[in-house]
Amino acid sequence: MFQQTVDILVLGLLAATALAVVRMRTLIGAAMLMGIYSFLSASWMLILDAPDVAFTEAAVGAGVSTIFVLATLSITTIRAKRQTKFQFAPLAVVVLTGAVLIYGTLDMPHFGDPEAPVHRVGNRYIKRVPEEFKIPNAVTAVLGSYRGFDTFGETTVVLTAGLGVLCLLRKRREDEPKVVTE
Amino acid sequence: MILTGVMAAILVTMALALVRATLGPTLFDRILALNMFGTKTVLLIAVVCFTIDRTDFLDLALAYALMNFIGVVAVLRLFLHKGFGEPEPDEEGASS
Repeated sequence: MFQQTVDILVLGLLAATALAVVRMRTLIGAAMLMGIYSFLSASWMLILDAPDVAFTEAAVGAGVSTIFVLATLSITTIRAKRQTKFQFAPLAVVVLTGAVLIYGTLDMPHFGDPEAPVHRVGNRYIKRVPEEFKIPNAVTAVLGSYRGFDTFGETTVVLTAGLGVLCLLRKRREDEPKVVTE
Repeated sequence: MILTGVMAAILVTMALALVRATLGPTLFDRILALNMFGTKTVLLIAVVCFTIDRTDFLDLALAYALMNFIGVVAVLRLFLHKGFGEPEPDEEGASS
């Protein structure tokens, strides 16, 4: 009961923060609100008993990405243009994506369900890791082999994001031809 | 019982800080709201740890406090130097 009340309140605060970020025109204010959002989502992950994800979210979301956003603002502009015309296409894309995500959760096992696949295969992994891989750490074996494709995808995402940031934030050489934007 | 009361107080304070970050007329109100929200997150984690009896999560609260500090220092540095590059030599001399 206590846990559920806290869940609902924290999720309500998350939704309020997200709406405030969308409404905010001062971009530094929006960066502050995004920091608040990361802190909230990290504490919600901790309430859901996922401290490793909460740790990552605190370090990346609240720490590094706030600094990245502010660094970007310092070399661009700090005010957003006021959008006067109502645009239908972005709203449709957002609603469609949300609907697909909610549809995706319908298939997932409930929180703490003992019949969830992750609980059924766990014991088998622990038993078979020593004879199949000769790796002392079961977590390494699961990440590197049983979930190899997942880990490969994650690494690709991180590499792509790092390359994108490097391309955007690097210092240009003097003799490099300027890119004409207008 | 007392933990429930503390939790409710922290959540109300979080909501008030969020309101200040949203309305805040100046940017410094927003920075202060962010800092305060980070502090309340640290407290929330501590209370949750004691409520569900997993006090080994308390280390996370320390990490959050550090992240909060780094974020606020980054924002203030942005205002002081108008960017994250090396400060101009004359600006450095004037500020010290």
